[in-house]
Amino acid sequence: MSVVSARQSEGDTLLGIEDVERVFGGGRKLFGGDKPAVHAVQGLTLNVRRGETLGVVGESGCGKSTLARLVVGLDLPTSGTITFDGEDLAGLAKRNRKALARKVQYVFQDPVASLNPRKTIRTILEAPLKHLSGLDARGREKRLQELLEAVNLAPEFLERYPHEFSGGQAQRIGIARALAAGPELIVLDEPVSALDVSVQAQVLNLLDALKEQFGLTYIFISHDLSVVESVSDRVAVMYFGRMAELGPAKEIFRHPLHPYTDLLMRSAPAPGRHDLLSEDAAAELPDPYNPPPGCAFAARCARKTELCHSVRPAPDEARGEGANHFAACHHPLPRA
Amino acid sequence: MTDTAQSAAAKSKRSSARPGTLALLLNNTLATGGLVVLAAICLIALAAPLLPLANPDVTAPVDRLLPVFSDGHLLGTDHLGRDLLSRLIWGTRVSLAVGLSATFIAAFFGSLLGLIAGYAGGRVDTLIMRGIDMVMAFPYILLALAIVAVLGPGLLNALYAIALVNIPFFARNIRGITLGLSRREFVDAARLSGKSPAQILFIEVLPNVLPVIVITMSTTVGWMILETAGLSFLGLGAQPPQADLGSMLGEGRKILFTAPHVSVIPGLMIFALVMSINLFGDGVRDVLDPRLRAGSLTRPVSRTAVERGDTPVPPPSEKGGVLDVRDMRTEFEIGGSVYKAVGGVDLNLAEGECLGIVGESGSGKSVTAMSIMGLVPTPPGRIAGGAAYLDGEDLFAVSDRRIRKLRGGAVAYVFQDPLSTLHPLFTVGEQIKEAIGTHQPLSSAEVKKRAIELLSLVRIPNAKERLSAYPHELSGGMRQRVCIAMALANDAKVLIADEPTTALDVTVQSQILTLMNGLRRERNAAILFITHDFGVVSALCDRVAVMYAGRIVETGRTGEVLARPQHPYTAKLIECVPVLGEPERRLDAIEGRPPVVNNLPDGCAFADRCQRVKPECRSGDIALVMSSEERGVRCLYPLNTEGTA
Repeated sequence: MSVVSARQSEGDTLLGIEDVERVFGGGRKLFGGDKPAVHAVQGLTLNVRRGETLGVVGESGCGKSTLARLVVGLDLPTSGTITFDGEDLAGLAKRNRKALARKVQYVFQDPVASLNPRKTIRTILEAPLKHLSGLDARGREKRLQELLEAVNLAPEFLERYPHEFSGGQAQRIGIARALAAGPELIVLDEPVSALDVSVQAQVLNLLDALKEQFGLTYIFISHDLSVVESVSDRVAVMYFGRMAELGPAKEIFRHPLHPYTDLLMRSAPAPGRHDLLSEDAAAELPDPYNPPPGCAFAARCARKTELCHSVRPAPDEARGEGANHFAACHHPLPRA
Repeated sequence: MTDTAQSAAAKSKRSSARPGTLALLLNNTLATGGLVVLAAICLIALAAPLLPLANPDVTAPVDRLLPVFSDGHLLGTDHLGRDLLSRLIWGTRVSLAVGLSATFIAAFFGSLLGLIAGYAGGRVDTLIMRGIDMVMAFPYILLALAIVAVLGPGLLNALYAIALVNIPFFARNIRGITLGLSRREFVDAARLSGKSPAQILFIEVLPNVLPVIVITMSTTVGWMILETAGLSFLGLGAQPPQADLGSMLGEGRKILFTAPHVSVIPGLMIFALVMSINLFGDGVRDVLDPRLRAGSLTRPVSRTAVERGDTPVPPPSEKGGVLDVRDMRTEFEIGGSVYKAVGGVDLNLAEGECLGIVGESGSGKSVTAMSIMGLVPTPPGRIAGGAAYLDGEDLFAVSDRRIRKLRGGAVAYVFQDPLSTLHPLFTVGEQIKEAIGTHQPLSSAEVKKRAIELLSLVRIPNAKERLSAYPHELSGGMRQRVCIAMALANDAKVLIADEPTTALDVTVQSQILTLMNGLRRERNAAILFITHDFGVVSALCDRVAVMYAGRIVETGRTGEVLARPQHPYTAKLIECVPVLGEPERRLDAIEGRPPVVNNLPDGCAFADRCQRVKPECRSGDIALVMSSEERGVRCLYPLNTEGTA
């Protein structure tokens, strides 16, 4: 176990991600030569403790959705291991998908697209009850009512079709479906980014209440820092498939170590804020087919040195105040 | 988020007011005609045993080659003296039965293969599709001939042959659709619900593929009947004495010049049958195809219809300004109900000013933006009242030619998704040059120089090289910069930006906002900025107008509205926004949903969700009361009124 995971594992680890990689493409061409490969997730080590909400932040293409799919077993890591409660998740996903689905569930970004347009809400919500929980018809009916009540939806919605619902209602249905099997961990992949702000608040409050009620653990993925800050106990900032910074939510947002976290925070618009930081247009993500040898953020970083371009910083290169706050940076920001 | 009032309207039209599938089909005259002819043919063919017809196979050499309208033989007789009418009806029966069964067999096996190949992917897909490719690589008639040659001639064998050669057609179509569907989120969701692959394929995917199968079938039946006739014509299908349209044609061919009616009559029947099936099939396709159903068949005209009726056109306001919108009303008429997406909006934009329109999905903010230059699709949209003055010129009254000149000239748009607004097959250079060339008579060298200038203006590095880049080669932020460059190409006075940063990452968003802010100062262009995000408004806009249910409920200087909102809706909306650095802040949600704009309540549209609601709020029209030149609120009991009046 690496230092990073050892340091994180205080408390009761529910999900352990150890040095996970996911490579897309690759392999050999018909006439020699390698096909280009993209490292969507690279050397990621991360633990999720029972009962916490881990926020994952990053911009598009940083690998956060790939991470989500790996955790729920929709995709398998190229190398490295993911363990759930000490059990190998990839093995479980291959051997017994249903057993995994009983433990880990997923809430999709686009609530309407995640519901089959030709099925009633009853059919959609009954599927996990039928296939995962093995309840009889009467037990299912009772559970359906409980689920709808838990997400504040009227029972008459059961007979309707997905297109009759607003985004917020559809997302409640998505959440109810994830809850149906009684999972311990729910991966929320941008659950509120397709919703209006007023509805977003409703859904966030609902998620909070459900976590309390059912003793859930959340992995909350979002590109919106303020949303992540308001729901998370710990936050992982990802950049270019790698971990940039990891630590308690309060510490990360009060004293960011990684210049990238700082950039994200200063770019986020907020009511009453005029001083948005803006980089020049040359700032772009590195080429994924040809990743830089050193720190992936170096090209955009104001604090870069030769070292940054040549040596990739370890995930715990820089340490924060608390023992569990670290960043992959050679030249972390000083405490303001 | 493009959830505009338009899509809200589209949503509701699907649920309630939209006419049923059959009603839509009957609206199509050609399809209805096809259906009537087809139904008549089918009924007669089905009733053949009941009709008082002569035995089609009984020969009577004495009566051979009787002409049409002969006594006892309405359509005459063939070379063996058999009654042509009887043979025609019995033959149609056979042709229809063979065509339909071949279609069903091909549809069943083809769809099954397509579903499996598309869903399984990888090696299974390769194996099945290469097999299909091999079938397709033979000329179909040759393949059918080969099959019949092996199995021996006969109607049933011809049926097998036709079904087999048509399997690839179904398999390829269905595989493509399945491939797209099986990457969709609801399939992942079903997987996580514990469904097995077979259950997912047949319970989740199949119902979504079914319309495509029906469409493919409806367009193939006619073809199958033709192919059956073709094989029979060659003598490989129906064997004598059995009548079949193809074999009748074949027998008549030899005496085409002496007794043309023997071959012309079955020929006409084939024509009527196939034509009616095709017309009907096209109608079915139009009704079932989601893309056509979404409105591309309605063929919206290039400019929104203006039907201001008898209502007087409001004069420009005394404030002047470069863009002056007065009491603009935009409506959508869908299935008998009228959706008032924009219900009387006043906007005023001075040079170099940035006005933000903030609202949730369905508030009418995008329709407002589109209405100004007549970009709302008609049908179903129309401008029902008001006026928009651009430098004193009423945009709803000018000619189509003039509006085309102004679009992209004096008034330019920047949309949300740059990937869908840029043409994928042209380089960004060609697209910018086109934007310049349409409005300015410049030589191509000058146009190119101007394009490079524009790209540098929007801070694209290596502008010259980037001219030859295709949209997909640029990042999202770069693409949006290109769109802004195109909008600026002809020195636009007004830039209408509809959620231009919503699809972008925060760091890119802040770059674009900074860019737009700089550009309006440099070029003194006015910006109408549509967004749902108060944070973005803060960063860019001088003034802000908050929309709810198609009307402006509050307006004022950005800082003031944010610090001291007067409308309870604005206040609630600002409270909903999570703020970085304030994680403890309890997010306050607005309960309930906004009213649907085809059924607006009397009085305040927000009354049902408002905690301060009083009985007076629910009656009469509540006016937008301006407490100062710029500050106004549409509320009887506003908040924070002290010190602002």
